[in-house]
Amino acid sequence: MTGAPPKLRFRDPQVDMAHGAGGKASRRLIEGLLAPILCGAQAEPLGDAAHVNISGTRIAMTTDAFVVRPLSFPGGSIGELAVNGTVNDLAVSGARAVSLVVSFVLEAGLPTGVLEAEARAMAAAAQRAGVTIIGGDTKVVEHGKADFMYITTAGIGSLIPGLQTSAASVRPGDRILLSGPIGDHGITILLARGDLDLEANLRSDTRSVLPFVEALAAAVGSDVRWMRDPTRGGVATSLNELARDCAFGMRIAEERIPLNDGVRGACELLGLDPLHIANEGQFLAVVAKESADAALAVLHATPGGEAAAIIGEVTEQPAGSVLVTTLYGGTRIVDMLVGDPLPRIC
Amino acid sequence: MRFVDEFREPELITRTAQEIRRLADPARHYRFMEVCGGHTHAIYRFGLMDLLPPNIELVHGPGCPVCVLPMGRIDDGLSIAEDPNVIFAAFGDMMRVPGTKGSPLEYKARGMDVRIIYSPADALKLARANPEKHVMFFAIGFETTAPSTALTLMRAKAEGIHNFSVFCNHVTIIPAIRAILDSPDMRIDAFIGPGHVSTVIGCRPYGWIASEEGKPIAVSGFEPLDVLQSIVMLLRQLNEGKAIVENNYKRVVPWDGNRAALKAIGEVFEIRPYFEWRGLGFISQSALRIRESYAEWDAERRFSVPGIRVTDPKAAQCGEVLKGVLKPIQCKLFGKECTPEHPIGALMVSSEGSCAAYYSYEHRKASELVNLSAV
Repeated sequence: MTGAPPKLRFRDPQVDMAHGAGGKASRRLIEGLLAPILCGAQAEPLGDAAHVNISGTRIAMTTDAFVVRPLSFPGGSIGELAVNGTVNDLAVSGARAVSLVVSFVLEAGLPTGVLEAEARAMAAAAQRAGVTIIGGDTKVVEHGKADFMYITTAGIGSLIPGLQTSAASVRPGDRILLSGPIGDHGITILLARGDLDLEANLRSDTRSVLPFVEALAAAVGSDVRWMRDPTRGGVATSLNELARDCAFGMRIAEERIPLNDGVRGACELLGLDPLHIANEGQFLAVVAKESADAALAVLHATPGGEAAAIIGEVTEQPAGSVLVTTLYGGTRIVDMLVGDPLPRIC
Repeated sequence: MRFVDEFREPELITRTAQEIRRLADPARHYRFMEVCGGHTHAIYRFGLMDLLPPNIELVHGPGCPVCVLPMGRIDDGLSIAEDPNVIFAAFGDMMRVPGTKGSPLEYKARGMDVRIIYSPADALKLARANPEKHVMFFAIGFETTAPSTALTLMRAKAEGIHNFSVFCNHVTIIPAIRAILDSPDMRIDAFIGPGHVSTVIGCRPYGWIASEEGKPIAVSGFEPLDVLQSIVMLLRQLNEGKAIVENNYKRVVPWDGNRAALKAIGEVFEIRPYFEWRGLGFISQSALRIRESYAEWDAERRFSVPGIRVTDPKAAQCGEVLKGVLKPIQCKLFGKECTPEHPIGALMVSSEGSCAAYYSYEHRKASELVNLSAV
């Protein structure tokens, strides 16, 4: 390698929880410290998965680590998340997951029954997603040194023909599509922790989003410009990243965003914005204007996509920002999440 | 959702906005202060500014508990948290507010036992569950949250829970409004009055604002229709040359307040002779402290704290913004050194703080408009 080593822009003295919350701080950590050192100057734009060329064949590859408390919650568990998360990162990069490997970090004292249940949950999720688990590793740490268990999965996938997505291909006028109601996962976890004396009839939305990607690829192919599964940091963070990467604005209409009553109520009560809440089975896409209606129709026809909606469009201005129009024609900027969402009490 | 959707009904909102435009005298400039941070948040979140004619200016008031807390108090509370035997418990609102050596979240990252709780009763629960530790609740808030702190202290005393204490930062709203009205650089035509505070203190304590100062005030809820309807009421009063207290939050605010809550406050707390407010300085009789009869549960008596006054960074103009003299964007640090990610003043931390609200919801929009008009 030639030239000077890359300059590091990350100046924070220590790692804080905010650096793992998926918002601005996470992005600064990765772009300002890790990517320049690990990937060097030739680093590709940071997508959900990397595409690599092996002996003339392009494949997609990604990895994801899972830490969640509690381990299981209504609608899912850490094992299921670990499979779906990696399958989804591959899917939104335009690839069909083929095989996964898995690493467990286990805490001494973890009941065998819990580990067995998570292994079974992973096997079932893998079967549903049509992917094989082909290997892995296990480490055990002292009691109290991990939250029962951490799981890391890595996966490779084959590229889905006909898809050519990138932030750079996004143009003003393109439409923004969302597969269904947002915030179910994040609010379910928040309530499952039991710190709040709140109950709601909610379940995590963890699932594979590959069916949505395949449906779009088949129906509108190259008119799909960009895809993302809006996990940590929520829809707001995903769209802000897109706005910065493509240097256009995103304008979304509040009333078009699908939302379950339980999420809405909890967010009202706790002063949270559903646009910042994590999802584990939703799918966000930008599609050329001409193909938006066709794209919406196939999402509607895909099981689990019944509530899909066109939530907004790409605009020239405000460049680099996400603007929400409220029910009454007022507007507000929605930024990336800063740190973890913290409930507002007083 | 009941009690929410009715107050966000687009047609009613549109009609109320039209009524505002009809009532506002185009030859006049109106400056209305919304007292509560909750109002500020709602105004930005729902884009209500876009619905108002340009000659109605909304000025953000001091009613954001974390914003008015001086840094010295945060340092004092956190100095107690450095004791490995102490669990520091506070509302989520406090967690990112910077002290001299970092915010509670940063203390937590360094290994101190800092917990987010959702009610003072949860802090007491922590004390019961951790008898070998001491749980200190860092209490903040106006009259809204003071009753629940009071009831928790009464319970701690009744149950004889001795590993629990409260670091009391409760403040009262009336002296803050008076300080703003007394401020020579302040010109406010009328007030959108506190909502949640008024559920406790009622509407009577605002009487002097109308009768002595001649300023209309409408006690207001936090939904878009509440805020707009309050503006209608204030315009009507000004047009008719009246100044009275109106209750526009009758669904939760009784005129005389909540007697049981006031009684609990009186049982546990007394008025401090003076208390420092960020940006407003020392205001006499503006805060609560724990009575002698609850001394055992008063963290300020149990622990020795530095008690050092910490001035805000010189360039930060939190005080002027807090008083409504400056708009957030007019502060020299706004959006440069001071951002929600690296807040210098608390106004940039809380989502009710006017700087954070302005930063999150408005300022890039505003700069875009400036850019567009320059083209």
